[in-house]
Amino acid sequence: MAEYKLTTPLTDEDIIKLKAGDVVYLSGVLYTARDAAHMRMVKALDEGKELPFDIKGQVIYYVGPSPARPGKPIGSAGPTTAYRMNPFAPRLISLGQKGMIGKGKMSDEVKQACMKYKACYFASIGGAAAVVGSAVKEAEIIAYPELGPEAVRRLVVEDMPLFVCYDSYGNDLYEMAKKEWAGKFSLA
Amino acid sequence: MAEVRDVSVKDVEEAIYKLALEAAYHLPEDVLEAEKKAYEREKSPVAKKVLETIFKNVEVSAQEEFPLCQDTGLAVIFLEVGQDVHFTDGYLVDAINRGVERAYKDGYLRKSTCNPLTRENYGNNLPAIVHTFVVPGDKVRIIFDAKGGGSESMSKVQMLKPADGRDGIVQTVVDWVIQAGPNPCPPVIVGVGIGGDFERAAVMAKHATLRKVGEPSPDPVLAEMEKEIYEKINNSGVGPAGLGGLTTCLGVHIEMEPCHIATLPLGINIACHVNRHKEIVL
Repeated sequence: MAEYKLTTPLTDEDIIKLKAGDVVYLSGVLYTARDAAHMRMVKALDEGKELPFDIKGQVIYYVGPSPARPGKPIGSAGPTTAYRMNPFAPRLISLGQKGMIGKGKMSDEVKQACMKYKACYFASIGGAAAVVGSAVKEAEIIAYPELGPEAVRRLVVEDMPLFVCYDSYGNDLYEMAKKEWAGKFSLA
Repeated sequence: MAEVRDVSVKDVEEAIYKLALEAAYHLPEDVLEAEKKAYEREKSPVAKKVLETIFKNVEVSAQEEFPLCQDTGLAVIFLEVGQDVHFTDGYLVDAINRGVERAYKDGYLRKSTCNPLTRENYGNNLPAIVHTFVVPGDKVRIIFDAKGGGSESMSKVQMLKPADGRDGIVQTVVDWVIQAGPNPCPPVIVGVGIGGDFERAAVMAKHATLRKVGEPSPDPVLAEMEKEIYEKINNSGVGPAGLGGLTTCLGVHIEMEPCHIATLPLGINIACHVNRHKEIVL
């Protein structure tokens, strides 16, 4: 398992070197969106309107942060469960999105889209939000402010630690890891 | 006749306010202890790393008053009211809601309640979900549970057939938790409610997640089932954060009540590794 330092926006070359299980320290701009924001973005596409940001090469972080204390860019900001974005992710990937950050399983359609269009799903550690959030250096709401924690934010992150979960070859870290450790508890 | 004891709802409001803030920043000791024990036993290097990150998170949260998780939960309150208590100075539930609203505002906690259909966020984390039980005595016991949406979504009530029996229950719980895999933020605490009726099974399951982690049921039959489910889930390989290992659940807690001769209700409520609950007796 390799370690990489990457900066957004990501390219096909960045993606094809990543394998499930690799560790990535990600820097640069990320955009946040959860269910409510995805519903609005897909509606905008249906109506022939622009997305609130250029999706090409971008990574969307599935997160609804807690409010920032004065002097801090953001509150706690760990990943939310990613399967809720299954209905939306393949379409955005087909438009050039290169990565998703979340926790938990996504669908086979998402895996297929990652293979077809060269994208990755990155897993982060749910519930370690104070630590994960400390990688965020800047945060600014750029769309749907009325959604509160679910508004779309533009984040600048530095060396955010991530695991490559679904790579562009159809590998799935969760399945690989589970297989490796199944049946070993009773032996320990 | 027992004397009636006056309890001001203002004291309830203050108690809720403090419990909500404490729950958001400070992981209960028993949960942390269970995670440290699991760390000692864990063989997967990735799992050890994940657990170390979790410990670091607990430290940073407590020191800097950053919420342990950005999902600071719905405010679920188990209220045991002694029947000799008389509440004064206003309506009890309003006071509870005021305590929740103030804590979530002052503590920079996330407001997570919304309209189920329009998904419009109410911006105040209200209403609290209050389960009230009348008990003997003149005290008020308040348990505050900050329940996150990720683990809650991996919970269910299933009406089994009586013929499914003990083994059917064990299998259903094991399969369900393993299938949930990385989604509810393992290592999890599994609350199980057996019997009662449809809604009692759910309430028991959630209540069971609040027991001291890993403490066996006083009923030896249930304790045996807890142990079997615990071993089977930890044999799944799912591991901390779903990244593989021997630590998928920290404890399995079962509660049981009598049920109808035609039914076998089963409630499964999963609590994540940030199982935030605090309590006080007034």
